[in-house]
Amino acid sequence: MKFRGKIVDVACLNHFTRVVSTISKLTKTCALRLTPDHLFFVLCGKVASGGVAMWCELAQANIFDEYQMEGVSSQDNEICLEVTPENIFRALRTVHNAKSVKVKLTKKHCPCLTVAAELPTMSSVNRVVTHDVPVDVIPRRLWHEFKEPSLPDFDVSVYLPPLKTMKNVVDRMKNLSNFLVVEANLSGQMTLKIETDLVSVTTHFKDLGNPHWGDRTSQDGGSQSPRDLDAMAQARVDIRKLQQFLVGQQVNPSRAICNIVHQTVLHLILLHQDVSLQYFIPALA
Amino acid sequence: MDCVVTGGNVKVLAKAIHSLSRIGDELYIEPQEGPGLALRCVNSSRSAYGCFLFSPLFFSRYIVPNGIAFRCRMSIKSVQAVFRSLASLEKTVEKCHIHLDKQKDRLTFTLHCKYGLLRTHNLSFQDSETLQAVFDKNSCKNVFRANPRLLVDTVAHFPPSMEEVTLSVSDERMWLRNHVDEELGDSSAMLTELFLVSDEFDHFAVQAHTSITFCLKELRGLLFFAENTGLPISMYFDEPGSPLVLSVSDSILEGDFVLATLSDDTRNDTRRGDTPPARPPDDFMNDDMDSYLIAMDTSIAPGPSTTDSTSSKQQVVANHRTRLHSEEEEEAETAEKDGPPNKKFCSLLFGSVLPLSSQMSTQPVSNQEVLASDSDDDTQID
Repeated sequence: MKFRGKIVDVACLNHFTRVVSTISKLTKTCALRLTPDHLFFVLCGKVASGGVAMWCELAQANIFDEYQMEGVSSQDNEICLEVTPENIFRALRTVHNAKSVKVKLTKKHCPCLTVAAELPTMSSVNRVVTHDVPVDVIPRRLWHEFKEPSLPDFDVSVYLPPLKTMKNVVDRMKNLSNFLVVEANLSGQMTLKIETDLVSVTTHFKDLGNPHWGDRTSQDGGSQSPRDLDAMAQARVDIRKLQQFLVGQQVNPSRAICNIVHQTVLHLILLHQDVSLQYFIPALA
Repeated sequence: MDCVVTGGNVKVLAKAIHSLSRIGDELYIEPQEGPGLALRCVNSSRSAYGCFLFSPLFFSRYIVPNGIAFRCRMSIKSVQAVFRSLASLEKTVEKCHIHLDKQKDRLTFTLHCKYGLLRTHNLSFQDSETLQAVFDKNSCKNVFRANPRLLVDTVAHFPPSMEEVTLSVSDERMWLRNHVDEELGDSSAMLTELFLVSDEFDHFAVQAHTSITFCLKELRGLLFFAENTGLPISMYFDEPGSPLVLSVSDSILEGDFVLATLSDDTRNDTRRGDTPPARPPDDFMNDDMDSYLIAMDTSIAPGPSTTDSTSSKQQVVANHRTRLHSEEEEEAETAEKDGPPNKKFCSLLFGSVLPLSSQMSTQPVSNQEVLASDSDDDTQID
């Protein structure tokens, strides 16, 4: 198992730092899968984490100038690590102005992801700082837990309103309730709703647009009759989980999509150039 | 006592007080005729001491009554409150007048602000003895001087939660690493290491290749002061266990911070500290990929965290060399001798060191008595 990557471009470094920052806001630990072409940050929906799942995909070529890796074997050319994104973020943040940054898998007192950076100085010699972030190597027999989640068979898919607006709304609602109902239909409408004994608050969004998912059978066509455009699908979720997602995100996505499987799961997707982030929040009864 | 500070010096005074507040809870004030006004602070475990001495020239008026020695101590929080907002201080305050109100037994701070606004704070105080740490920075073997910016940039690499760093020096380099207590077996801690070459310092004189471990908190405090005043910081130290002295000075003021360092009794630690300078200089440059090979059979579950040696329990009572002469010295001395046997760090040096991770949860918590905890933000387990 070998891995070594080098980032020279400051924009790439910042981009990568922002992605890791976003992930660190969503979860304390997650799996990092390294393949010859991609990096994946994966959180599988365990009961302990409230059933929340995450899948973040990055193309290595868009970040690293040099990228070498050798997986466990030639058939399984992949490395799977359990990491603390917060620590990686901290390491990357302190080297934001570096001339070059190397990220490599090293064997120190324990397996580490070492972030080594060359910092500019006034003198002729560069300053070098290394951060050793301890990681755990995930054995191959557990890899099956970290496969890409299949696209849920959603009832409604809608573009999200500007995330900042949504964050402001959810932040206020969080003071009033622990649960939030997200509703959306196929004519571009979405509502965020809380209901308590004392108050109910609903925010309506309209004309959001609905993404086209190609030849999906369940949405329309197939054996079933087409879904009524105005029929709302809803999911009642833990408001903190949604807030976490909105607070943490720093990717500035070009596309943000929300899929709802009626009373089952809220599936959020952020797309930005080469990065895609999927986040699953299970619906509560 | 009657003194007036004007213009930019008000801010300098305010910074000094904020900087001292990182050390302890009580501010010792001693106006002396010759040397000037001394502001001093010590932390509750007496492992850190800070002193600012403002010469009479710093003030536009400085009158100390002859013959009557006046000394006092007061809560630093109340003095900080006088200079609360540093940003607005610069814009609004034109003059600060400090005088002793003998009738009321109050120390009065009057801030003369713009538009004729007067802000008066009457602070109560307690009489006290002189607080004075005994140290001799000029006898130290290793002396460095650097622009505060260099140290600020260096310290920025260490997370705020990181308490202690180990500093090692060779003829040309200074190495800094965060100090991780191996006894605690905290393998999830992130290790950070960097070096600075001698070129980056204004002055770099090494006579002893030593390695010391000390608390970052107070250094950050002094950096806060030095960064804003732009004064270079000098560092003086010897072997582990003897204090680290950090100083700033110019013609009208002088600041000294004295920090205890981890004692040499932790032999293994010192030896570890010697390794970095011995290692090939540029780890960054010559990286042959094979050197990062992790030979690990992935079919077994990883267990690096469980294999850590938590077996040997070392009895270490840290050596507290920073002698402080004041009325409370006896208390400190006795506390030193009764150090808890099972703790690697004596709390007198670094405050209580508690198990940080869940890895320690299998160990009986009762081992970790806290004798003299540090002044703030220490949570006790029991």
